[in-house]
Amino acid sequence: MAEGRAPRAGADGKKFERRRRAAAAMAEEAPEGGAVRTLPSLRRLSRALPFGRSHGRLIVPALCSQEKADPQKTAFVLRKAWTLYSVTPLYGFRRARLRDYARLLGAFIAAEKQKGLAVEVGVELDIKVALSSLADIRGSELDQAALLVQLSSRSRSSSRNSEDKPVWLGWFCSVFGDELSESVPEHFTCLPLFLSHGAESYTALVGSWFQKTFDCCFRRLAISPLNLSWMVAMWAGCKLDRAASAVELVFSVPRLAQPLDISYAIHPEDAKALWDTVQKTPGEITHEEVDVFMDCLYAHFHRHFKIHLSAAKLVKISTAIASAHCDGIVKILHSQYLPGVLMLLTELAISQIQ
Amino acid sequence: MQRRKSSKTPKQPLSIPNKSQTDLSAWRKGAKIDSEKSLQNNQSADDQKCESQEGSLEQALSYFQKAQDSVAPKKKSVEQEHLDAVESTALEQGLPPEGFEILLKVVLSGRFADTVNTRLLKSLIPASVIPENSVVTAVSWLCVGKCSGNIQLLFLKWLITMFDFIDHKEQLNALYGFFFSFLQDEKLCPYVCHVLYLLTRKENVRPFRIRILLDLQAKMGMQSHLQALLSLYKLFCPEQVTITLPGKMKTYFKNSEGPWKAAITAVRQRNQGSSPLSQAVFLGTSQPQSRKRKWNAQLVIPASSASTKHLDEDREKSCFYLCSPNESFPVEQLQTFPQLLQNIHCLEFPSQMGSVLTNPLLLHYMNCVKDESIYLRLYYWMGQRLQEECPWCVVDNPYEEEFRSFLETVYKAECFLQEGFSACEEFLYKTLPLWDGVCCRSEVLRLVSWIPLSSFSDIKPYLFDPLAQLFFTSSIYFKCSVLESLKELLQNWLIRSVIQMDLEISSVNTTLSGLVNVVAELVHFVGWISTVAMRLENNSTFLLNFILDFYGTVCDIYLKYNLPLLIMPPAGVFYPALLSMDSVNLNQLCYIMYRYRANLVAAKENELSKKKILQFKFSNQTYQEYNQYIIAMVGCLWTSSAFQKDTHPQGLCMDDKLLSKTAVKEIKSSFNIVYHPAMMGCSIKFLQQICPGDTTLNFKLIKGKKWDWYLEYLYSRGLKGLKAFIESSISRVSQAARSKAGNVDV
Repeated sequence: MAEGRAPRAGADGKKFERRRRAAAAMAEEAPEGGAVRTLPSLRRLSRALPFGRSHGRLIVPALCSQEKADPQKTAFVLRKAWTLYSVTPLYGFRRARLRDYARLLGAFIAAEKQKGLAVEVGVELDIKVALSSLADIRGSELDQAALLVQLSSRSRSSSRNSEDKPVWLGWFCSVFGDELSESVPEHFTCLPLFLSHGAESYTALVGSWFQKTFDCCFRRLAISPLNLSWMVAMWAGCKLDRAASAVELVFSVPRLAQPLDISYAIHPEDAKALWDTVQKTPGEITHEEVDVFMDCLYAHFHRHFKIHLSAAKLVKISTAIASAHCDGIVKILHSQYLPGVLMLLTELAISQIQ
Repeated sequence: MQRRKSSKTPKQPLSIPNKSQTDLSAWRKGAKIDSEKSLQNNQSADDQKCESQEGSLEQALSYFQKAQDSVAPKKKSVEQEHLDAVESTALEQGLPPEGFEILLKVVLSGRFADTVNTRLLKSLIPASVIPENSVVTAVSWLCVGKCSGNIQLLFLKWLITMFDFIDHKEQLNALYGFFFSFLQDEKLCPYVCHVLYLLTRKENVRPFRIRILLDLQAKMGMQSHLQALLSLYKLFCPEQVTITLPGKMKTYFKNSEGPWKAAITAVRQRNQGSSPLSQAVFLGTSQPQSRKRKWNAQLVIPASSASTKHLDEDREKSCFYLCSPNESFPVEQLQTFPQLLQNIHCLEFPSQMGSVLTNPLLLHYMNCVKDESIYLRLYYWMGQRLQEECPWCVVDNPYEEEFRSFLETVYKAECFLQEGFSACEEFLYKTLPLWDGVCCRSEVLRLVSWIPLSSFSDIKPYLFDPLAQLFFTSSIYFKCSVLESLKELLQNWLIRSVIQMDLEISSVNTTLSGLVNVVAELVHFVGWISTVAMRLENNSTFLLNFILDFYGTVCDIYLKYNLPLLIMPPAGVFYPALLSMDSVNLNQLCYIMYRYRANLVAAKENELSKKKILQFKFSNQTYQEYNQYIIAMVGCLWTSSAFQKDTHPQGLCMDDKLLSKTAVKEIKSSFNIVYHPAMMGCSIKFLQQICPGDTTLNFKLIKGKKWDWYLEYLYSRGLKGLKAFIESSISRVSQAARSKAGNVDV
């Protein structure tokens, strides 16, 4: 992140660069003498988010033990832009049937693509469908293992040997979605978060099939500016073992003839230092703290550019851990924090369902 | 007598009655006694003619039967004569069941020239039913292939048209494979598809047949008849074949009714049949889409389609997961109430619960099945749709009209089930505070009436506060609509409470006192907004009408719903109604006060008799309030003493000095049903009737006997409420003192 790079915090260590219209690196609000607190684990932090709830201080419940996730198996998740959906509980879903489901879904896709022509279930089709469980992606005992849907196009030319070309990916998951899974009776499977990567037309086909087959509803999961600011505060405070990229906030100014985006980039260490001074108790996060954090950033920006960012709409945030767009598109960058990010998103999805 | 067996009771539960093209029940009832006899009976006028026809038909039949055996064709003229006989009988009254075997054999064995065969086939119109045997024989002749292609084609068309007249279909179904083999004939293929479509049962759908059909499809391309058959296969075995029908398709089979339709109708009319030919094709698997929209955000209510939960191709592998996949009745085929009753044990809800909303049969079924998952599925689906499509919550949502009709559908389903949906309740709580009171107004307000009974303080901030805010700031029409829907709400709550008490469900929320409190809060709330509204709207007659309508329910709560609750209307409603300029409202007020009286008297009696220990009794204040009102009313309508006797703090009582300033003569006898502004029109008309010549309008004439006449006159003008009130609340001491006596009983 060349644009946002700024020297370490210090009275004179400020450099600003313009990106699109304006960008700023932030440093000086972080006092030198501020006690550095130990960072709480992200997972515990995120639990305290009032996502979808009223403001307030929430204390993190103890985590249930979880076997070490194999980073290889979840590596496909990282560094891809995922479009988020919330999904109501699936009715009549049976995990033992994944192969049958794959055949039916494959035939459905083929039938939809050639409307009017019947397709035999189970024959080789242009698009190959694979459904599999991702046992590594789950939080509590109550969570169902994640479900991965892969579409790949069969290579016709060199028959067997060549690999199928992946065309679309989507997966359902629930990470600490206990609030929902506790409340539904049997025959319902709670996987409230759905992430897709690939052409929207495939998302539509797969989504419609799931909706028809398991009587569920897909809904785009937008992220409100308030939740984005929670995310940036939380993720900015996370400790990373390797050199981190800049923390960036993108604002959009409403009601202009031409769209105006303001990008505000902050050196990650500065952002962390600021957050550390704001956060009072490790392990929990409050609405006030997030407000203070954002206000500090706004004040700094205003001092230099005479622009009140609080009047603009926060549309995107990026940190070394993940980036998120208000339209409901996320990119997860760091495998260590994968469960934490998914937990946040699960919570958002559940609040949209209930 | 095979034809006497009713073909309406199939041997197998999985038979498909609704594939019937016609509803023949009425028709058969008429013909069941004895087809030939009934034919004659029906046309007693043409008896003579009939008998002769009967005779010639018999001759013709025996002729054709013999012709079957002999090799050499008979004389042309004889043949013509018999052909004419068959034709005329068929067209006039239809052929008897036993004629079919003979004639079908003749036609399909190819003995005669095609012109004869064609004429015979065209006249094969049943008077009652067609025996299955005859069709089976015909099919075997068809397989022999002695007749020409044209006759084959015509026979198939005939079979399609007459399918529902065949008395049984078991043996015919056993010939499924033979029909299937005819698919290879390019000319016959569309008609064979149609026959198969009518004949197919689940057990007929086999992988090899699917493959043959798919091969045909590959050879011939997209053909609507193949699509129809394949979608039927998909319906039965979604785990083996799938197809998406293009949205624009309307008809799947060419009109194959051929030359018989008119004749059948004519014969049926003659034989007192009724229902018209209808072809039930249930291929509604693809919804026409009006415009491009997000795939997951359509307010389209899903079509009922069977769930693909049971995959039984891999039965060996996965049989331990299956519940009972074999005998379930495809929900697409559920079209009549008898079907519902017959299959209720093996009916499965559609794969998408949302589709029950538009299907009354499934709503019936839903009412019978108490399964939590049904409601939960509906809850999630409806909740998401409502939230996502709500025009006043989602920015730039241009689909208000669609949303409106969706709300309408939801409301209708609620009325059907007599119960609100929880998703809908939640939606109202969430969105009413944001509502502008304009968007989908009547739909939203109607949905309000199905909000379930719950703690008033809980729902007040989400329901009553936003409603009150809109109520005070909106037009009089909006106010009336709100009052209307709150009246419905009150009624629904009261009905629910009766049911709850009957079932003696007593949870914390539904104790009697809890119930009474909630209802009381609602009534007080309406009293409050009504009082304010009367002032805001200048005592509008129109508005008052709606307010009194609400109190029409309130006054009868004790007697009608057995709930110990009696709340008088506030003075802000009572006095404007009492002094209303409009006789309809005054009459309604009289009726309401009469009902209050009946309720109070009943309560008092119960209290006195002490048959059971009463948990509740009305407070003295209620009686006091009632008495105050009744005194004012009697004063206004009868004794002209309202200004002196009214004791209500917000009442009409006026100082004598003040009254004398009005310069009205004889104040003490000048305000009663004769002079009341709402009654003035009546009293003038009455005067004109009793003294036609007098134009001075001497109201004082209305007294004594004429007072009684006047009352009768008022009652005859439809003022039933006034009548009930006067007869119950005013005891007329004696004829002489009638104009002064006013006595309140309670």
